[in-house]
Amino acid sequence: MELKPGSRWKSAVCTSEVVVVRPPKTPVSLECGGQPMVALAATAPEGLELSPDFSGGTAVGKRYFDEAAGLEVLGSKAGKGSLAIDGKPLNLKEAKALPASD
Amino acid sequence: MQISLLLEMAAESFPDRPMLSGPDGPVLGEEVLARARGGAAWLAQQPGKTLVFCGLNGPTLPVALFAGSLAGMPFAPVNYRLADADLRKLLARTAPSVAIVDADMVARAEGIEGVTVVTREAFDAACLDPANRAAEIEPSEQDIAVLLFTSGTTGEPKAAVLRHGNLTSYVVSTVEFMGAEEGEAALISVPPYHIAGISAILTGIYGGRRLVYVSAFTPEIWVDTALGEAVTHAMVVPTMLGRILDVLDARAITLPTLRALSYGGGRMPLPVIERSLGLLPHVDYVNAYGLTETSSTVAVLGPDDHREAISSQDPKVRARLGSVGRPLPTLELEIRCPDGKPVPAGESGEIHVRGEQVAGEYLHKKVLSDDGWFATNDAGYLDEAGYLYVEGRLDDVIVRGGENISPGEIEDVLRAHPSVRDVAVLGLPDDQWGERVAAVLVCDDAPAIAELAAWVKARLRSTKTPETWEFRAELPYNETGKLLRRVLKVELTTRVAA
Repeated sequence: MELKPGSRWKSAVCTSEVVVVRPPKTPVSLECGGQPMVALAATAPEGLELSPDFSGGTAVGKRYFDEAAGLEVLGSKAGKGSLAIDGKPLNLKEAKALPASD
Repeated sequence: MQISLLLEMAAESFPDRPMLSGPDGPVLGEEVLARARGGAAWLAQQPGKTLVFCGLNGPTLPVALFAGSLAGMPFAPVNYRLADADLRKLLARTAPSVAIVDADMVARAEGIEGVTVVTREAFDAACLDPANRAAEIEPSEQDIAVLLFTSGTTGEPKAAVLRHGNLTSYVVSTVEFMGAEEGEAALISVPPYHIAGISAILTGIYGGRRLVYVSAFTPEIWVDTALGEAVTHAMVVPTMLGRILDVLDARAITLPTLRALSYGGGRMPLPVIERSLGLLPHVDYVNAYGLTETSSTVAVLGPDDHREAISSQDPKVRARLGSVGRPLPTLELEIRCPDGKPVPAGESGEIHVRGEQVAGEYLHKKVLSDDGWFATNDAGYLDEAGYLYVEGRLDDVIVRGGENISPGEIEDVLRAHPSVRDVAVLGLPDDQWGERVAAVLVCDDAPAIAELAAWVKARLRSTKTPETWEFRAELPYNETGKLLRRVLKVELTTRVAA
């Protein structure tokens, strides 16, 4: 899968959707609920199940990242599955919001 | 990532939260999204690749911005205050385009080749049309989100390009998604063709704050709207704030619902902000510095900085009230001397920035360096604690006998004189020094020049005392509150030559 900045992906096992904010430095497999995510426009394979190991959920408006891979994604739709790359869970980015300036 | 996704996320997560204040009351998130989709489906059937907006502020503006994004059309708000010939020239540059134009401006925009004019009312109707709202929209591949014609204190306006990636990066990295409390409302009074007018839409909607519009700024309407809509947040440019405070003073009222007031878009005179702190002490103040080319804010002086500065006995900390705060953590900022090397803290130079939100691009012309830095053409310096002080446009810095003199510093000193209402300091050609310092003043009762000169000399190095003095009834500003220093310079230079 080519995780280009701005590309959108959906879970094969739940309602989660993400958009890539920062691409990975080397190719990785982006997963949700333990299964590879699929391009938003593509048809998700059927019959897959949410893995209990990756069922922490994905939230809208939260950013998830992996330092080593350089990947950062933004949750654009919520779902039950949690995010990982190659089986390794992504971390939640604790961002400090700035005072409203516009 | 497209800016329309910001709207989709907000509207789908909180469909029944008020997103805009319309003429008939609040418009909910799901309705704003439905209108934007309706508008996009309609736009997809029109000729034209760019979506122009020529009109006053109002709830149609954010709908049009997102409809353009969904339809894959860069959004180009234009300055309707331009003279007819200039407006038409600008519109012609957007062809092939669809232009949403206020009904009373249609005659000024009609008959330009490649520009399809539609009234605001007709566009609003298209957004409400059930057939348009039900239509499928093809996902857009368009990279450019917004084209902003720079205000042009000099020469022909340039079309600054803001890509979807620049704007969404700014929003996603600085705003907490739906982080606003229920009931928060942001008052937008900067015009649609100002970068802050665009970023306010994006950050307001992503943050979950209802957008309230002042169709065109007057201090009376601004105050009435702030009170009537229970506004909690607002952004003003320097020339607006003083006039707003005058209205509050005259009516002997405050703004009880207002929680945060941000200001930017030019140098805020210290006496104005001090007066505001006195009149509205319950408000959080935010000073922001940013440029069109950087997708808005790159440095912020936050509420805590303001409180610390105003209550401090340490002159260094107090001086921060005149700074624009610290650079955003998501970008890099350097002060460089003319040979390109970074300068140490306390030394002036040109402000450079780098980061994902930094577009640094005009139509057909990228102006970023190879390694991604954008030269702002603003002069400034960082203090030891990392606070940024902006001294004005680099071209405005006066070079007198090899010494760089910032007009802003002298203006601040003169403005503190009790008789001085407004002031502009600029450099004029000088045979002996290269440039000499000139001051143009607006005074209640013009004091003697000797008195003013002594006032400056007592506070600044003697080379900074103006050598040419001129008194005027008012100073020239553009409509977003930027002092037209160059206009004064040309007038004064021509007069000296004649």
